[in-house]
Amino acid sequence: MLALSNVSAGYGSFQALFGVSLEVKAGESVAVIGPNGAGKTTLLRAISKLIVLTAGEVTMEGRSLRRVAPHEVIATGIAHVPENRRLFPRLTVEENLKMGAFLVSSRNRYAERKKFVFNLFPRMEERRNQLAGTLSGGEQQMCAIGRALMSGPKLLLLDEPSAGLAPVIVQSIMQMVKRICAEGYTVLIVEQNIRQVLKVVDRAYLLETGRIKKSGASAELLASDDIRKTYLGI
Amino acid sequence: MEIFDIFLLEAVLNGILLGGLLALLSLGLNLIFGVIDVVWICYAEMIMIGMYAVYALHVQQHWPLLAAMAAGIAIVALLGALMHQFVIRPVLSAEPINQLLVTGGVLFFLQAAATLAFGIEFKNLGVRLPPVVIGEMSFSFPRIIAFAMALAGVAATWLLLTRTYIGTAIRAISQDRGIMPLMGVNPGRVFVVTSALGGSLAGLSACLLVLQYDIHPAIGLSFGPITFLICVLGGLGNMLGGLVAAFIFAQFISVGGFFFAIEWGYVIAFVFFIAVMFWRPQGILGGK
Repeated sequence: MLALSNVSAGYGSFQALFGVSLEVKAGESVAVIGPNGAGKTTLLRAISKLIVLTAGEVTMEGRSLRRVAPHEVIATGIAHVPENRRLFPRLTVEENLKMGAFLVSSRNRYAERKKFVFNLFPRMEERRNQLAGTLSGGEQQMCAIGRALMSGPKLLLLDEPSAGLAPVIVQSIMQMVKRICAEGYTVLIVEQNIRQVLKVVDRAYLLETGRIKKSGASAELLASDDIRKTYLGI
Repeated sequence: MEIFDIFLLEAVLNGILLGGLLALLSLGLNLIFGVIDVVWICYAEMIMIGMYAVYALHVQQHWPLLAAMAAGIAIVALLGALMHQFVIRPVLSAEPINQLLVTGGVLFFLQAAATLAFGIEFKNLGVRLPPVVIGEMSFSFPRIIAFAMALAGVAATWLLLTRTYIGTAIRAISQDRGIMPLMGVNPGRVFVVTSALGGSLAGLSACLLVLQYDIHPAIGLSFGPITFLICVLGGLGNMLGGLVAAFIFAQFISVGGFFFAIEWGYVIAFVFFIAVMFWRPQGILGGK
């Protein structure tokens, strides 16, 4: 569904990604794991065209995103839950969901999708009229994921959904990710919380200093020696 | 004492009528600043252009007044969109002082253009409506119309901002500009729509002012500064703050003018403004 080939990107003179290639097939859940500063967020921003590629290509369902404007990426079926959630703090939960359904093609399915999101996250229905800025961290993450689902995406990009959350909340967020995958969404998730994320995804890529160092099935990576030593502290 | 009270009541009610108009004047400027973060110093001059447009269509081209007004609103809305596209967009990432100077340049440009097109003589629509007399109180009829239309304009803006997708996007973009593309929103387009909306509010203000005042190329200077002060008083960019400030300011002018002289009403209002700036530099409802 999504393929990156030799993608390089950066900010000004700083290069963050060096020839990254990866692939996400329809129905799969894939993680990009790695330490802080490895370029994981940049990778997602490059897919969403929030930064320009200096080399390489991103294709979605065989179509190159090279000539697609940033605000048109969502229309190709990619929804991006950004780092730090980035909700609109002074809009209500429901208004945040409405922004997720801004595309004209999403508007006539607004009621149906809102029902789906409320079904997935009943807490959001309780808080629908509350300002998003007043939600707890876990609730904000639900709202951010819900907002992304409002566009009816084929592929969901999740940037560090566990960041800044208490361990028990992290577990429930990971369960949500699992449920979203089970609903048939294709998911590309970026995480530092490697042990947790490898329990819910099918495959993963290890990204270090802007390069893919390793890839494989989750169970395989969990069992590999260097990942265990470097990232899991076993 | 009886007589005294009825005239005080008249002053208070006239203050409320004036407040509605000032609220409408501040709304467009606040909307644009709140969303785009640029102050249109020339906002009142856009209103002046709207007044001339209504005058030209109604008096010179003999259009029916309401049609001339509708066209006037559309013309200023278009002017707002052009203003953003050709004046603001190139300086969007420039220093605030440069943005201010550019819109100041537009102010003089519009004044000069109006002078060239219409001369410096005072013009008016020739519409004279009798005052409305209730008991011993008398109210200007155009002012009552202006108040009602201003409230309608404020209500319509509020509905647009809260009930529609583009309105929600206008509020959202002022909270987080960077992620708007992830929502499928083209920020540039929202800015143009906001500018056109601000322009249409200026156009509506023009229709209401042209019923009450003579038009001349410098008329923007007689209500531009007060519009800007009201926005600052309420908290620049805070639309609700602007509405509250407009009604407070109007009461100072009207009731202050009742106790002293009308000029003193303005003096008292500005002293109040300065005092508030010492106490809350961010404005009555401003954040930070």
